[in-house]
Amino acid sequence: MSETTLGGIMGGIAGRMPKFIRRADPAVLTAFACIVILLLLGSLYSRSFLSPEYLLQQLKVASFLGVIATGMMLVILLGQIDLSVPWSVAAGAMMACAAAAYGPVGIALAIPFGVLCGVAIGIVNGIGVAYLRIPSMIITLATNAVAQGLMVVYTGGFSPQDVATAAMRYLATGFTIPGVPNAVIIWALIGAAMVFALTRTSFGRAVYGIGNRERAAYLSGIDTRRIVMVAFAVSGGLSAFGGVLLAGYASKAAQSMGDAYLLPSIAAVVLGGTSILGGRGSYLGTVAGVILITLLQSILSVMQMPEAGRQIIYGVVMVAMLLLYGRAPASR
Amino acid sequence: MKDWRYWLAEERGTLLAFGIFIVMFAIYSANHPAGFTANVVQTAANKGVLLAFVAMAQTLVVITAGIDLSVGMIFTLTNCMASWLVVGTGLETTFGVLAVLGTGLICGAVNGAIVIYGRLQPIVATIATGAVFFGLALLLRPVPGGSVNEDLADFLTGRFFGVVPASLVALLVIVLIVWVPFSRSELGRAAYAAGSSETAAYMSGVPIRRGKFLAYTLAGLLAAIGGLFLTFFTYTGEAAYASGNAYTLFSIAAVVLGGVSLFGGKGSAIGAIFGALAFRTIGDLLFVFDFDPLWQPLFQGVILLIAVSLGAFALFRVRNRLEWFL
Repeated sequence: MSETTLGGIMGGIAGRMPKFIRRADPAVLTAFACIVILLLLGSLYSRSFLSPEYLLQQLKVASFLGVIATGMMLVILLGQIDLSVPWSVAAGAMMACAAAAYGPVGIALAIPFGVLCGVAIGIVNGIGVAYLRIPSMIITLATNAVAQGLMVVYTGGFSPQDVATAAMRYLATGFTIPGVPNAVIIWALIGAAMVFALTRTSFGRAVYGIGNRERAAYLSGIDTRRIVMVAFAVSGGLSAFGGVLLAGYASKAAQSMGDAYLLPSIAAVVLGGTSILGGRGSYLGTVAGVILITLLQSILSVMQMPEAGRQIIYGVVMVAMLLLYGRAPASR
Repeated sequence: MKDWRYWLAEERGTLLAFGIFIVMFAIYSANHPAGFTANVVQTAANKGVLLAFVAMAQTLVVITAGIDLSVGMIFTLTNCMASWLVVGTGLETTFGVLAVLGTGLICGAVNGAIVIYGRLQPIVATIATGAVFFGLALLLRPVPGGSVNEDLADFLTGRFFGVVPASLVALLVIVLIVWVPFSRSELGRAAYAAGSSETAAYMSGVPIRRGKFLAYTLAGLLAAIGGLFLTFFTYTGEAAYASGNAYTLFSIAAVVLGGVSLFGGKGSAIGAIFGALAFRTIGDLLFVFDFDPLWQPLFQGVILLIAVSLGAFALFRVRNRLEWFL
């Protein structure tokens, strides 16, 4: 009971104190509360759920999804969606591994090359959405199909033979600071950059503005089309970077490695309280959503729940949590 | 006097999809080694009809300005279900078919209830329900298998009088008993109105909630009919994640090719059907030209990219830049 009134008061204050929304958004609070509940439920099943090793391991697994969801969040904040994530991830991973086959220069440029491929996909998306005004759901679907086609032609239909470079493996599995996996550090850096961009730069303001009403943003002098294109390029690049990290984690790329990341990345962003209609949401929420989904998946798999049950629980939990705090207002 | 002009303006998308399909199919059959024979048409029809049903399902929801990302999973779930239930004697088979269709209706109704009464965004809500439907499909068929009443299957995938593909006739029948009454009913119009401008429709006292609910429910039914036909073609049930997802994505592509506006309120299931048939034909074009099948996904993707970019020509008609931002 008290939490709803708390939320109401926070909501009232939030209008005047934009910086504080991020800390007190009821959706974010609920998401974090759900994480705690999940951990408690898990600890009833097995003590090891509360051990630091397990939690750190989960953070590491979450960081791949976190990197990808960061890009997805940027696009969703605009009121758009990026359905080209699966093959942006796969293209990033495959191209980075492929570049590694071309001697020392290739190895050195493997990571930037993989990310650039994702940026290229993102730019095509961005041109389609921003300049050609094609609904993002359609154009990203089409570029996803094209990227898939290119990768299938490139690999000849077999799983790619190239392996990840040492640098990729180091980024994904190594430890620079003892005890903290590199992947987590990378996610933290990318997250910090995103928070900075969203809250401290005109780019971030423009993103929120466009998400609320692109027409108004345009009239107030923002080059909305460029912002939208940049956002899609960043999303594509981050997806590909997520793919690079995943390839480093598994030490090679695989055909359908990105398929498992599209829906969770959207779910993570939305569960974190970002409105799918755009213009509203905080990065902290996305972090909560990512951890929530990773934990849910992990706990279900530790409990040796068969895939069928996992899917059902996953879907039911998502609907339940959205019904808890993701509902649209009733009045018109 | 000018009636035909209104009709033309209204049906432009559908006619365009029809035109694309005719051209594509002409190229396809002209270059097919066997030529334009009943066999070629039957095979093409059987492949196309599956997507046509799913695309029809997607259309109903898209008309209300929503989107159903679970159609492919309803399709998969009902396929798995039919591989258990649509067997045995005539009576058993009938009950099986009814059960499968009922499941589709329930799936659609669940989607509708969550979106309309739960007030969740259709994209995320149907992603979540899609996961549930796929989980159920996996429960039914952890490994591919099962069987189907082969007499019924052969009857519905064969040919009538040796010429007309039975699946096309079935598609026509479904259009006549589901789509035509829906689009002409009060609730069907409410679905269109809700998609066009929900606020205006609400203010005018249009029963938008019931209209949208009916659209989602019927979408489940149509996806289930698609799943039933998949079982008739393959004789088995399989909970294939990739295939379910592909059908969802292809259905969106087919809907767009068929001139249905993703912003809602515009388009018809007939257009989506031709969009689906055209999309399938495009995918098969490569085979008749003896290309390496490896290139098929790329070719399909590029065609899709070009097709959706054609919509950008509308920008040339824009006189005020503010019209960019709908």
